[in-house]
Amino acid sequence: MTDLSLNEVGAPESKVHKVARATGRVMGSWRTAGILIPFLALFIVLSITSAPFLRTTNLLDILDQQASLLIIAAAGTLVLVAGGIDLSIGATYGLASVVSAQLALSHSPIVAVIVGILVGLGIGLLNGVIITVFRINALIATLAMSFVVGGVATLVTSGNLIVLTNRQGFADVAVSSFLGVASAIWIMIFVVLALGILLSRTTFGRYAVAAGGNPVAGRLAGVRVNQVRIVTFVLSGGAAALGGIIDTARVLSAESSAGGSALAFTVLAGIVVGGTSISGGEGAVSRTVLGVLFIALIGNGFNLLGLNPLYQQIVLGLILLVAVSLDVWARKRVR
Amino acid sequence: MPVRTAVKSPHPHRTAREARDLRVVGVSKRFGGVPALCDVSLTIASGHVHALVGENGAGKSTLGKIISGVLSPDSGHCELGGERLVLRSPRGALGCGIATIAQELAIVPGLSVAENVFLGAEANVAGFVRRASIRRQFRELTARVGFDLPADRIAGSLRIADQQKVEILRALARNASLIVMDEPTAALSSREAESLHAVIRSLARDGKTVVLISHFLTEVLELADTITTLRDGQLVRTLPAGEASEESLIEGMLGRSLGTAFPEKCFAPEDSPVVLDVGGFSAPQVHNVSFSVRAGEIVGLAGLVGSGRSELAHAIFRDVKAESGTVALNGSPLRVRGPKGALRRGLAMIPESRKDQGLLLSRSVQENVTLSNLKKVSRLGWVKPFQEKRDVTELLNRVTVKNSTLKSPVASLSGGNQQKVLFARTVFCAPQVLIVDEPTRGVDVGSKRALYDLLSDYAKAGNGVLVISSELEEIIGLAHRVLVMRLGHLVAELSGPDMTQQAVLAAAFADPIRNASGN
Repeated sequence: MTDLSLNEVGAPESKVHKVARATGRVMGSWRTAGILIPFLALFIVLSITSAPFLRTTNLLDILDQQASLLIIAAAGTLVLVAGGIDLSIGATYGLASVVSAQLALSHSPIVAVIVGILVGLGIGLLNGVIITVFRINALIATLAMSFVVGGVATLVTSGNLIVLTNRQGFADVAVSSFLGVASAIWIMIFVVLALGILLSRTTFGRYAVAAGGNPVAGRLAGVRVNQVRIVTFVLSGGAAALGGIIDTARVLSAESSAGGSALAFTVLAGIVVGGTSISGGEGAVSRTVLGVLFIALIGNGFNLLGLNPLYQQIVLGLILLVAVSLDVWARKRVR
Repeated sequence: MPVRTAVKSPHPHRTAREARDLRVVGVSKRFGGVPALCDVSLTIASGHVHALVGENGAGKSTLGKIISGVLSPDSGHCELGGERLVLRSPRGALGCGIATIAQELAIVPGLSVAENVFLGAEANVAGFVRRASIRRQFRELTARVGFDLPADRIAGSLRIADQQKVEILRALARNASLIVMDEPTAALSSREAESLHAVIRSLARDGKTVVLISHFLTEVLELADTITTLRDGQLVRTLPAGEASEESLIEGMLGRSLGTAFPEKCFAPEDSPVVLDVGGFSAPQVHNVSFSVRAGEIVGLAGLVGSGRSELAHAIFRDVKAESGTVALNGSPLRVRGPKGALRRGLAMIPESRKDQGLLLSRSVQENVTLSNLKKVSRLGWVKPFQEKRDVTELLNRVTVKNSTLKSPVASLSGGNQQKVLFARTVFCAPQVLIVDEPTRGVDVGSKRALYDLLSDYAKAGNGVLVISSELEEIIGLAHRVLVMRLGHLVAELSGPDMTQQAVLAAAFADPIRNASGN
């Protein structure tokens, strides 16, 4: 190396460096703002075009309907950030529904709720252990688990619908009102806030980001990657169960096929539209909330404006494609 | 019918061997501002075995890749038989009769040997592969070359040497006249290496040209007709093998001093305590290694790429399970599982590749710095934002990174600053023993000096530092004592006046002790 080449090494580096830093900053703020802009735009459009939209009852209805989905998606965000994916949430939702309903027939609502949640946590733990200890691909492991759990749920009910007509105590889990807002919404707010803070403000959240963003680097930096991943699956299982219990309490009936694979995909769609990366290492619960609500607003808007619901699916699919493309593009730019 | 067969003979035998010399004319190549090749010109005579030798990073593999079309040069070009070659891909090179057998083999493990050989050029009818005709072609080819390989064996189940034969057959199946081999014997046992040598000789006898890139000087001297020595991306000289000797080759590979200033060495006192003691240590690719590092000492660990240096570091750091032997920190044995335990005991490692093994590229500088010791800035799992910011600011000042970058993604920093961020992360854990693997790879000269100062100061403060590096300059300039590894064994320990680039290179390049390494 001569003096000439020494000078040249510095110059192009710093230029590249500047561009990269600027791009990084823009992409960073885009990620935060990304979902907020279309969400607000849609909200304003609906407020103008549909008179009933802005009514408190309509807005609270949306939140109430989305409560269980938001809880499950918030936990699912943690799974995705830590580099996993959980397709068994639909089946877990179904099993927790029927188990808690069965128990509510004969026991107090508290027992029904607690056992239901424990079932979900247990399935999550099993998922986490299978994926990390036995190194099975998360997609396949949780897909397989969803069949197993779905089968167990059908065994519990013998394929019948469980009806809880006279169990008002159990219904109160979801429909009792506090300050004019249903308990399902309060539970949702509490869980979503807790998970959001867990991801953004705690050491666990940092470890989850490391586990998903660069597991090799995380491990060498002293992060227990497997342990962190298992915990995210446990949380996801618990959240899926809680969602199932809330919906069961609301309608006072349960069947094993509730949830199903459609739930897993709706949740994933919400998370991804929110801007959390499917490849792990990036994401926030707040964005997932906006993503899920964005999809809900599209549905609500189609209803209120009397549009053909067939187009709703097409629109949703296109939005999902755009969201994923933006993620891929953002990643390329940062590297 | 008979007329047709006569016209479309499947093997057009060349009556006259064309003189198809390959000329490399003024080729330069840079990677991200760092020059890998500077204005290299040479002629590779048709039908000869032409060897490229040089230190790690001298540009041998880059030149090999340019010849075979894997990389395209920034300036300059190649000529084949007087015609200018424009190669945009390995496929294009194959069309010109140039094939590569790379360090990482490119066979499809799930396909049979014959299918691998004819991959991409299968005899087919409307897209349906004609198995029988492939098998016949394979028999003809192996008979011609003299290889004995089972056509139907699954290629992934073959030994490495046989997999290489599959690649060579593939090259020959496309009528390649020039074959670039990058470290073909590095992964082979001595018997396998011998048989590959025989293959190379027979290729040369058949009039094929072989470009041989190798670390093993005896192998090069034995096989090559011509030897080109490279250093720091520049051509040193091209000599007929008869005029070269091991000593003259090593001398050619060694550079004059580049003049990168190193901090003054501050030797630890004779009686300073041993902080890291490794005894009879074996791990994958590491065989029975023993050494120690004292407080205040910087020990260099040299060796060729693949000699087991990084593997040793990863095993000591408990990233990889050790097979036998002991590691003691401050006199007490290290009995932990995983890097987290090692970190807690005061042993840290900065890995070789900051992108793949070190950083969370899309996350902020701050998050990357505190990752290894988040406990220090948190309470009950809650990260305290102000304390985190304060501590990181202090650390960044110490490692001379502007703290305005605190919140920006670490990917937006230059290589040198990224390396400093990794150093800051490690220092935040205050380890007593620090292992750094290639501390200045891909780093500009100014940052290099800063990193040397940081390492030197860290040792001066009473800690032990083990520096792994492929840059001899760096090893000699920084270390108080140098250990040299070769094929997983510790083969030399050099200190004082014996510690020269010459001696390190001689130990690192010495004849492979293959029989001892198993296989």
